[in-house]
Amino acid sequence: MSAVMITRKVRKWEKLPGKNTFCCDGRVMMARQKGVFYLTLFLIAGTCALFFAFECPYLAVHLCPAIPVFAALLFVFVMAMLLRTSFSDPGVLPRALPEEATFIEMEIEAANGNVPAGQRPPPRIRNVQINNQIVKLKYCYTCKIFRPPRASHCSICDNCVDRFDHHCPWVGNCVGKRNYRYFYLFTLSLSLLTIYIFTFDIVHVVMRSMNGGFLNTLKETPGTVLEVLVCFFTLWSVVGLTGFHTYLISLNQTTNEDIKGSWSGKNRGQNPYSHKNIIKNCCEVLCGPTYPSVLDRRGLLQEDSTLVSSSNPVPQTTKTTAPLIPNEHTPDDAKPSIASSAEKSASPKEEHPAAMKFPPLASPETDAETSIAKERAH
Amino acid sequence: MHIEGYIALFWDSLKRYYINPYCITLSLSELRHSASLANKVFIQRDYSEGTTCKFQTKFPSELESRIERTLFEDTVKTLNNYYAEAEKIGGQSYLEGCLACATAYLIFLCMETRYEKVLKKIAKYIQEQNEKIYAPRGLLITDPIERGMRVIEISIYEDRGSSGSSSGSSSVSGSTAR
Repeated sequence: MSAVMITRKVRKWEKLPGKNTFCCDGRVMMARQKGVFYLTLFLIAGTCALFFAFECPYLAVHLCPAIPVFAALLFVFVMAMLLRTSFSDPGVLPRALPEEATFIEMEIEAANGNVPAGQRPPPRIRNVQINNQIVKLKYCYTCKIFRPPRASHCSICDNCVDRFDHHCPWVGNCVGKRNYRYFYLFTLSLSLLTIYIFTFDIVHVVMRSMNGGFLNTLKETPGTVLEVLVCFFTLWSVVGLTGFHTYLISLNQTTNEDIKGSWSGKNRGQNPYSHKNIIKNCCEVLCGPTYPSVLDRRGLLQEDSTLVSSSNPVPQTTKTTAPLIPNEHTPDDAKPSIASSAEKSASPKEEHPAAMKFPPLASPETDAETSIAKERAH
Repeated sequence: MHIEGYIALFWDSLKRYYINPYCITLSLSELRHSASLANKVFIQRDYSEGTTCKFQTKFPSELESRIERTLFEDTVKTLNNYYAEAEKIGGQSYLEGCLACATAYLIFLCMETRYEKVLKKIAKYIQEQNEKIYAPRGLLITDPIERGMRVIEISIYEDRGSSGSSSGSSSVSGSTAR
């Protein structure tokens, strides 16, 4: 029993069901695939390092000493925005606890009435009116909730994300309600940085060529050639992306809605979230309130649950035959003996065996997701 | 089993009077385990004005015998006002947004956002309401932030009968007396 009493603090991020990775004890949250994110980091840091090594000394002396200072500021801002986008919670909606799930299930059954055996039940859709326009809320079979308006399930991270924009492999995270602003500022500052470096690369080559010839210059500063190549290819894609997102922000749309064509076409109607005013839309997206994360990743799970789970490796089979631990699995009559916090711990604890069972049930959902993905591809 | 129950009751009363100085929190947690959870009601979000956080003020039929309609509506409306305050887009949010952007959002490492300040107020308000109004009626509100801002969860408790009723009623009277 004394061994059982040694408990470890369990924080909530360790039990979150999505496909995410966490670092720094839950402070950092990312998707599992991070290869492309490291490539992004490498490209930005590498190009800037070459710029500071080859161009900056020359340009600072011969043109203006402010050039490296401004480049450094821009670089710091780009990195801060990139890390902020990648490491923060994009606005993940936690899955419904069993009680809420059964409540929704009962509501659906009440709404559908009796479906004759053999017939498919109607699709799980709830209509809500937003600013005088009907919007369909779809039921998420994985998260057991009706997705709020603008939310969507990310099949890569396996989470519903509020105001889902897209899953960006370059930043290694979903882009949603909580980090869209940082993502936009990242693309904006990155395009500025790329243009800046590209311009001063050219200026540098021209200035040196005037003194010692073009070919000699290329031999003297081999880094410049590499930078020009990287910047040239990055420039188009990043500037294009920034332009696209500026357009989306001015209309208060998300990439997801734009791809699905939610508010375009003849009989689709207007975007009910837009303020019909470009400046107001921009202000809302870029200077609106900073939404808090609803996951409480660093919150502690109740210690009692660890105590039980560490003493019973297989709680499902031993729960009825554990006389030493008088808590959650004992029948109702004996419950007064529970320490005051045990009742609270029961719900997160009992949720996990149930959560383990969900993935096989969730296969229709993932099928649906892939079919949607195929549709989008067409 | 009966003996266990009595020991537990004795232990509970011991804690209530001698050990735990935070009588109010104890009375809430006592309600959680001395009375049995009968049902839960979920107040859904109201999306009629967009995606700002707002809850429906429709009175759920399950609460009809438990609480007056006006009390319930007051609580939900107050919560809605708090969320509206937090999500209001105006001079203050622009100022906060621009200031944070100018410091590459590093200022949030040492500054609380307005939303977080309001969330603290909401947590305090819900605790107050639970102590004053809901717990004496055998109800408990869960802070919506713990449920992903999707619902206001209201748990309905019932006295457990023979052994539980005494402790249940004592906890309720305890909370009202304080």
